[in-house]
Amino acid sequence: MSMEVNGVTIELDDDGYLIDRNQWTEEIASALAETEDVVMTDKHWELIKFLRSYYEEYQIAPMIKILAKEIAKLYDIDKRAGSKMLYELFPSGPAKQACKVAGLPKPTGCV
Amino acid sequence: MAESETPLLDELLKGKWPSFIKEMKDMADTKPMVRDVLRQLEQSYRDKKTHWKHGGIVGVKGYGGGIIGRYSDSPEKFPGAAHFHTVRVNQPAGWFYSSEALRELCDIFEKYGSGLTNMHGSTGDIILLGTTTDELEPIFSALTEKGWDLGGSGSALRTPSCCVGPARCEWAMFDCLDVCHELTHFYQDEIHRPAFPYKFKIKVSGCPNDCVSAIARSDFSIIGTWKDDIIIDQEEMRKYHAEGKDILRSAVMLCPTRAIEWDGENIEIDNENCVRCMQCINAFPKGLAPGNVRGATILLGSKAPIVQGALFSSVLIPFMEIEEGYAEIKDVLERVWDVWDDHGENKERIGELVERMGKGEFLEQVGIEPDVQMVCHPRENPYVFYDEYLEEED
Repeated sequence: MSMEVNGVTIELDDDGYLIDRNQWTEEIASALAETEDVVMTDKHWELIKFLRSYYEEYQIAPMIKILAKEIAKLYDIDKRAGSKMLYELFPSGPAKQACKVAGLPKPTGCV
Repeated sequence: MAESETPLLDELLKGKWPSFIKEMKDMADTKPMVRDVLRQLEQSYRDKKTHWKHGGIVGVKGYGGGIIGRYSDSPEKFPGAAHFHTVRVNQPAGWFYSSEALRELCDIFEKYGSGLTNMHGSTGDIILLGTTTDELEPIFSALTEKGWDLGGSGSALRTPSCCVGPARCEWAMFDCLDVCHELTHFYQDEIHRPAFPYKFKIKVSGCPNDCVSAIARSDFSIIGTWKDDIIIDQEEMRKYHAEGKDILRSAVMLCPTRAIEWDGENIEIDNENCVRCMQCINAFPKGLAPGNVRGATILLGSKAPIVQGALFSSVLIPFMEIEEGYAEIKDVLERVWDVWDDHGENKERIGELVERMGKGEFLEQVGIEPDVQMVCHPRENPYVFYDEYLEEED
């Protein structure tokens, strides 16, 4: 798979994840979000920023519960509401969609 | 006759047992997808390695789980097998279907996928084997239109399951079908929106015979039990004896705690030492029956070996009365989840967390008093210093 952003061809894997993480830009993120039918808002960007900085620090995508706690802290809500909000922002799951938009490696799935 | 494309697989058709190859070959003529999967499997048998790629993440809108991605590593050779995703469908409690419902399911999957099913997977779900990414949304709409829903996958609450319970079995201590149904509906968020450190399974068995293997296969095992004495009908026992049934052998000698005596006339049970294994009751169902004070034992932590070795569930609540609405079960469950959420590491099952923390510390965190029934046998190591001893010496 591949897609074109600003005339540059971006290589994607079977599930549409970025193959070369260093290519990531905000334009690419928006284009990736479009493939998931997600319309990016400030809340989305805030989460993507957190994901990327977490990844930079730990070289691993955070567990969803950490995302839920972070978002709960950001908006001063409890973690259950945080989890709900995550799924409102990324309806097919933050692991699948938010990681894709943030250009993080594909989470390893479970059988 | 034309030469077979799959000589190695054909070997599996010999022998006297049925083979999945036969079922798949029956589908192969109408479903090119199934034919290519068989060809790919033949290749795997030659190469001695799988040709499925590791991982893959697919899903439907609104759900974080329920579909497991599967891709071929040689789509150019086996185009039909390029995508072969698995769809988990939430089974009805106790696996009761009308034939109409089964036909509906099969029609849907023949239309949108390979038509192959696995009834049922070890989680208990209905497994629809093999469809493509493009068919996922259509199949999801077709299923939900008929009242079906996807099951759990990934780091989420997995589809709860239960035994047939009071619907068909005299030993059910409570309505396990209703408990399973209620928990499934109450925790829809936890099933469809993975937010746990790892998978979490709930299984509900109506009695200690444990027909869904809750004690071995679920993180949270709810198993029916009773608190008072086994009900004895001496007359029926004597009848068994007269018919030549061996009470000594099938009850007395097989009792794990040696709690039964039989003198040829009367059976006597030391109920204090009975561990509710059901052996004697199963062997002599007319003469013996579980007591009348019925409820469930809640156990925690079983799992198959992945990160660490296999575990059985161990007692968390020795006896709980099962009251409609199941508020007490939900309360314990949520307290367990909270502790796991706070302390669990990525891919750490609840049983592993309890082992790592120690049961004492875990009980304190969950807010449950320790109980002698949580102990397997007394401590063998006498060199143990309790906190209160240390305080006295200080």
